[in-house]
Formats: sequence, structure tokens, C-alpha cells
Amino acid sequence: MSRKFLIFIVFCLAGLFCPVIQSGAKDLEVELDMDEYLYGHVRDAYDWHITTIKGHHISIPLPVIVISKTGRGAHIFSSKHLEEGEYEGFSIATSGKYENKIVEKGPDGAEIRPWDFSITKNVLGLMINSALLLFIILGTARWYRKHDAAEEAPTGGTGIMEMMVTMVEDDIIKDCVGEDYKKYSPYLLTAFFFIFINNLMGIVPFFPGGANITGNIAVTLVLALFTFFTVNLFGNKHYWKEILWPDVPTWLKVPLPLMPAIEIIGMFTKPFSLMVRLFANILAGHFMILGVIAVIFLTAKMGAAVNGGLTVVAVVLGVFMDCLELLVAFIQAYVFTMLSAVFIGLSRPKTETD
Amino acid sequence: MSLITPDFGLLVWMTLIFGIVFFVLAKWGFPMITDSVQKRADRINESIKKAKEAEESLRNLASEQDAIVEKARKEQAKIMKEAAASRDALIEQAKVQARDEAAKIIDQARTQIAAEKESALRDVRKEVAMLSVAVAEKVMRKDLAQDSGRDELLRRLVDEIASSREQKN
Repeated sequence: MSRKFLIFIVFCLAGLFCPVIQSGAKDLEVELDMDEYLYGHVRDAYDWHITTIKGHHISIPLPVIVISKTGRGAHIFSSKHLEEGEYEGFSIATSGKYENKIVEKGPDGAEIRPWDFSITKNVLGLMINSALLLFIILGTARWYRKHDAAEEAPTGGTGIMEMMVTMVEDDIIKDCVGEDYKKYSPYLLTAFFFIFINNLMGIVPFFPGGANITGNIAVTLVLALFTFFTVNLFGNKHYWKEILWPDVPTWLKVPLPLMPAIEIIGMFTKPFSLMVRLFANILAGHFMILGVIAVIFLTAKMGAAVNGGLTVVAVVLGVFMDCLELLVAFIQAYVFTMLSAVFIGLSRPKTETD
Repeated sequence: MSLITPDFGLLVWMTLIFGIVFFVLAKWGFPMITDSVQKRADRINESIKKAKEAEESLRNLASEQDAIVEKARKEQAKIMKEAAASRDALIEQAKVQARDEAAKIIDQARTQIAAEKESALRDVRKEVAMLSVAVAEKVMRKDLAQDSGRDELLRRLVDEIASSREQKN
């Protein structure tokens, strides 16, 4: 019964797409620019594109904040001015090294990238998601402020949040960090929920979701740097001894500091792997979903039968991919937090075994 | 490729936003939640421990009760034994006392009897002496009345006295 119903729903969804695509294909007769389609969805932008109706783009313009490197001072203006081309000497590069970024013309005519602190799509997404996260967590914390948690247990949303917080704290933080986990618990919990909510919002296909935040290398770089500094600033002296003078045969340390060199490289590869793992996983997830959905548009010119059949496949695969991405959203947040916790735990070895 | 080159502006914004989120949540968010949950967990653990202790003490109470009953029984037996012993002792003592008393009474009686006997003997002796004297008087009266025997007797008496004097001297 329920399986038949599911199949029915899928066909209905597929049916919804077909006429639109058929008419669209007749009207526009344009080749789908696959590169633009894929990268346009995952990269940062100066406006938040919502949809396109009959060739007309509907998007939310965002503030552009740039400081000129050619001595023209700071400029703040709406990104909608950039749609027509140059504005106040700034324009979005269409090609070259700074493609899709705001550039200004240098005295010799070369494109120069100004200091660009624009509220881009990702920045706005970060703000919205952070506000949401603050709302959820502070709302949960409020319950505990108003109730005596020793006397009663929360229900509903607070209960779910409590379950998740305890899960992260008990399964990841306590196990991986070790004794003085309490000091690190707020950072690791913040990292987990920050990544998780940004991952989830990235899957939501419409505003205010859909910004590819955790699939952006700058975001994951900052997160990895936070972990890097947490690990290295609070590492104890045993940690530094293990890096600079590890327990290995002396010829591995003197005259050629082979092991210290490897350990020091390791200090940087650990956060680097954190950065790349999160970035690549989320980006790949976005690409996969986009790719599966692109099948519908790519086959639009192949006739109703092929298109209809593949649309069903694409919708089924799309649902599957979205479910997978939900899983990945959680797993990547979990993995990032767990590895950060492990690195922190490694930076605080208890006693030297000598 | 712009995908793998971190954008400086976004980096700054991300650092700022994440920093603020971290600060706020670390100050007012997560510690509140984790501490409360910890408090509840502690309370639950404590309650379980207390329940276990109560159960334990209840079990102990039963055995303690048994011990008390056992002790009381022992005490009872001991008291009974002691009572029996003291009763026996009392009886024994009473017997001894009675025997002593009886002995004493008998002794007294014996002394009294002896005294009585003595006095009776004395009386008898006295009587006998009196009787002898009376008899002797009568005999002497009769003898002295008869002239024939009187001289004889006198002479014998004088002799006797004289001899007893001589002997004394």
C-alpha cells in the first residue's frame, strides 16, 4: 500500500516537471551550460539568486563593501548596481584569475582585486544560520534556566537538543579528549552544531537555505584553524616533547631531525585534512544532487518518453541523494568534531611512559 | 579555480561570525545545558545509590532483627539457668541454715538437758544426802536409845575422826 503510494507520488512529481520542461525547451532552445549551472550553484555570489522566470532573474541584492587598493577609499553599495556592469569603478570580472569576483582597474588597465568585505551569499547564509543556531541553543539553555533540570526532564524540542548535546558530549568529547574535557566541550559542541546546521541548511534548496557554506574552503579553513589553535595553544609540555624530541632512536633526531620534521608537518596536515574533508564532502554532495537534477534538463530535448522516464529516475535518485546528504551532513559534523576532539586529546598526553 | 582558493572577505566574516557564535554559546549556551544534564545525572546516580543503601539496610534490618531475637532467646535461657541456679543455691543455703539452726537448737537443748540433769542430779544428791542424814538420824536415835550399841559406836566414831586427823597431820 505505502509502496504503491510512494511510486504514485514520484510519478506525480515527475509529471509536474514534464510540461514545464517541454515548453521551456521549445521556447528557449538553448544548450544547458553545465559548468555555469553546477558552479553557479555552489560558489559564493554577490547576490542571492532565488529563481529565474522567463529569463528574468529574481535575486536578493546584497551589500558590497570594498576598499580600493588604488587609493579610492571604501565603497559600500548594493550589488544590484553591478548587474549592469561597472559601478563606482568596480565590476565583476567575467574571466581570468578573478572570475566572478569584484575587481577594479589599475592604472595600467590590469584587473586588481580590492579588499572585498562584501556581505555575499555565503556571509548572509552564515549570519542566518548562526542566528538560527543561537536561537535554538539559547532557547534550549533558557529551558534549563527556568526549570530545575535535576527535578524534571525536558520534552519536545528541548528534549531533542538535550539528547544531541549529550550524545556529542558523551560519545565524542568525553571519550576523545579525556580527563579535562569540560574546558573544550563548548568549542567542540559549537563546532558540531555550527557545521551541522550549515550542512542542513545547505541541502534546503530555497532561500534562506541553499547557500553552499560548509562546501566553501574559506569556511572550513576557519573551522580548521580554530581547531589548530585550540590544539596547539593548549597542548601541554608532553605534547611539545613528542613533537620536538619524540621517543625514537637518536639517529632519527640527530643530526637530521627526521622525526621532528615529520611531527611538525603532522601539526599542519591534521587541520588541513579537517578542512579538505568537510569542504570536499559537502561540495561533492551538492554536485551530486545538482548532477542528478540536471539529468531532467539535459534530456529535455530527447523527447517526452526519454525525458519522462529519466525524470522519474532523477527524482528517485534525487530523493535518495537528499537522504544521503542528510546523513552526510550529520556524519561530517560528527567526524569534524570527533577528529578535533582526538587531536585535542593527543595534545594533552597525561604522563610520559619512560 | 575559485572553488579551492579561500576568499579573504569570507574568511574574515567567517572568523567574526564563528567567533561570536562560539563566544555566545560558550558563555550562555552549552555550559548551561551540559551542567544541568550533569546535575541531573549526578542526582539520578545518587538516588540509585541511596536506594541501594536503603535496600541494603532493610536487608540488614531483617538480619539484625533475627540477631536480636536470637540474643533475646539466649538471654532468656541464661536468665532461666541463672534463676534455677540461684533457686538451687537458695534452697541449699536454706537447707544449710536450717541444719545449722537445728544443730544449734539441738546443742542448746543438749546443754540445757545437761544443766537440767546436773541440777536434777544435784537435787537428787541433796535429797539422798538429806535422806541419808534422816535415815542416819533415825538409826542413831534408835541406836543411841539402846545402850549396848551406843558406846561402841561412839568409840568407833572418835577413832575414825582421830585417825583421819592423824592422817591429815
